[in-house]
Amino acid sequence: MMEFSFSRTGAMVRRYIYLLRSSWPRLLELIYWPAVQMITWGFLQSFIAGQSGAAGMTGRLALVGGTLIGALLLWDTMFRCQLGFSISFLEEMWSRNIGNLLMSPLRPLEFVAALMTMSIIRLIIGIVPVTFLALWFFGYNLWSLGFALVAFFINLVMTSWAIGLVVAGLVLRNGMGAEALAWSILFFFMPFTCVYYPVSVLPGWLQDFAWCLPPTYVFEGLRAATVDHVFRADLMLEALAINLVAMAAATWAFLRLIDSARNSGALLQMGE
Amino acid sequence: MIRVMFVDRQNAPAISARNLTKRFGVVTAVSDLTFDIAVGSVTGLLGGNGAGKTTTIGMIVGLVLPSSGEIKVLGVDMARNRYEALGRMNFESPYVDMPHRLTVRQNLRVFAQLYDVEDADVRIAQLTQDFAMGEFMDRPAGKLSAGQKTRVALAKALINDPQVLLLDEPTASLDPDTADWIRSRLEDYRRKRGATILLASHNMSEVERLCDRVLMLKGGALVDDGAPGALVERYGRANLEEVFLDVARGQAKAISA
Repeated sequence: MMEFSFSRTGAMVRRYIYLLRSSWPRLLELIYWPAVQMITWGFLQSFIAGQSGAAGMTGRLALVGGTLIGALLLWDTMFRCQLGFSISFLEEMWSRNIGNLLMSPLRPLEFVAALMTMSIIRLIIGIVPVTFLALWFFGYNLWSLGFALVAFFINLVMTSWAIGLVVAGLVLRNGMGAEALAWSILFFFMPFTCVYYPVSVLPGWLQDFAWCLPPTYVFEGLRAATVDHVFRADLMLEALAINLVAMAAATWAFLRLIDSARNSGALLQMGE
Repeated sequence: MIRVMFVDRQNAPAISARNLTKRFGVVTAVSDLTFDIAVGSVTGLLGGNGAGKTTTIGMIVGLVLPSSGEIKVLGVDMARNRYEALGRMNFESPYVDMPHRLTVRQNLRVFAQLYDVEDADVRIAQLTQDFAMGEFMDRPAGKLSAGQKTRVALAKALINDPQVLLLDEPTASLDPDTADWIRSRLEDYRRKRGATILLASHNMSEVERLCDRVLMLKGGALVDDGAPGALVERYGRANLEEVFLDVARGQAKAISA
């Protein structure tokens, strides 16, 4: 039976908290990019809203334009959560501490649980203040989505963890050459998850692919909530089902990549 | 048919290798190693670069899976059940660091929790005294001198009072005085704890001082095995360094089997 220790998971969380406390640039970086992005897109949304009003546009386009800040904040929630997971993992590689951890009693899933916890903590530090900034600057209240926001959040976080797990496994198996994936992999999916436009914009064959990606359901759900004032529970449940499959597949891949690294000697080379 | 057997873990060797082999593609890094390391002994693992020392240590801690053969630590099969043993062993290597931005105290607290150490503060205080770390306990680990870093790494290696301690060049890059001090601490620990130590080192005087026994590797294979003094005598040489050079250069001719 696989043993799981909350104490060992807590030890790793403690290690990352110590690190964040010791480094103000790390803390600043958590909030810097989300804030800059939100302000940039917020002004764009204000511009579109102003132009729509001037042109007498009251239709759907103007309403969809009004979802830009919300879409951006949700995209950043997913991206920052995945980064929080991946960067916490990469900290061990950068500090050459991974050998200490791999030769300690820390189980892979305890390590993963600590990375998940840290991704949430880093997300709270980075995104929550920016949502209040959006309210103050542009009058956009993400929190007014209420229960829908909880459903969006759960689905986006699960997707980010699944991707973070695969990236961590690839880095363990293939070394720091795979490090760049931590920053870039999520952007591959951005055009297909329809962050800023409806799925119907995509060609038919791409729509099928888009509906395989859980975030697509979230962003469609956001537009439904903001434009049509409807909470699409069907979309959230479908996203949750795909996310559960993705999480299971990512966990399996992570554990298999560790086994493969043990077989190839890759873990040993990381210690050096 | 299922064979019934009872494994006597109490009297098992601390480390036991049977026909241990590791191949990376067409390269055989470790070939058919068989040895037992007795509980409470200090054993040196010697060999030139590429002799297979690091791969052997990797298999002992379960970081590398053997291609064939078996490795057991404290009676536990490390390829399959390594977590049963990892809490009772520890290691130190100059090729692994501790988080640089964390203070020494913070690092030791984290590792104490990872190894489930009871009374962690008491254990840390004891190690602080044993390794004379008081003056830099609240300094970031990345800002320590090489000698201080080695002391901290050894303190981490002893945090869980391990029964089996693996040391990879524990005094590399240290001045002779600090290195001598570190060796004394290791001797103290072995004497007080009765721990088993496996030491990979290129420092022959260190091996002669600390080790009861030496395993000599070349090209991934075990080429000789014995007490340092016995090896020197067997090869008709003045010291272990000369024996090492003979073995590494393929000029070794033992006088008697």
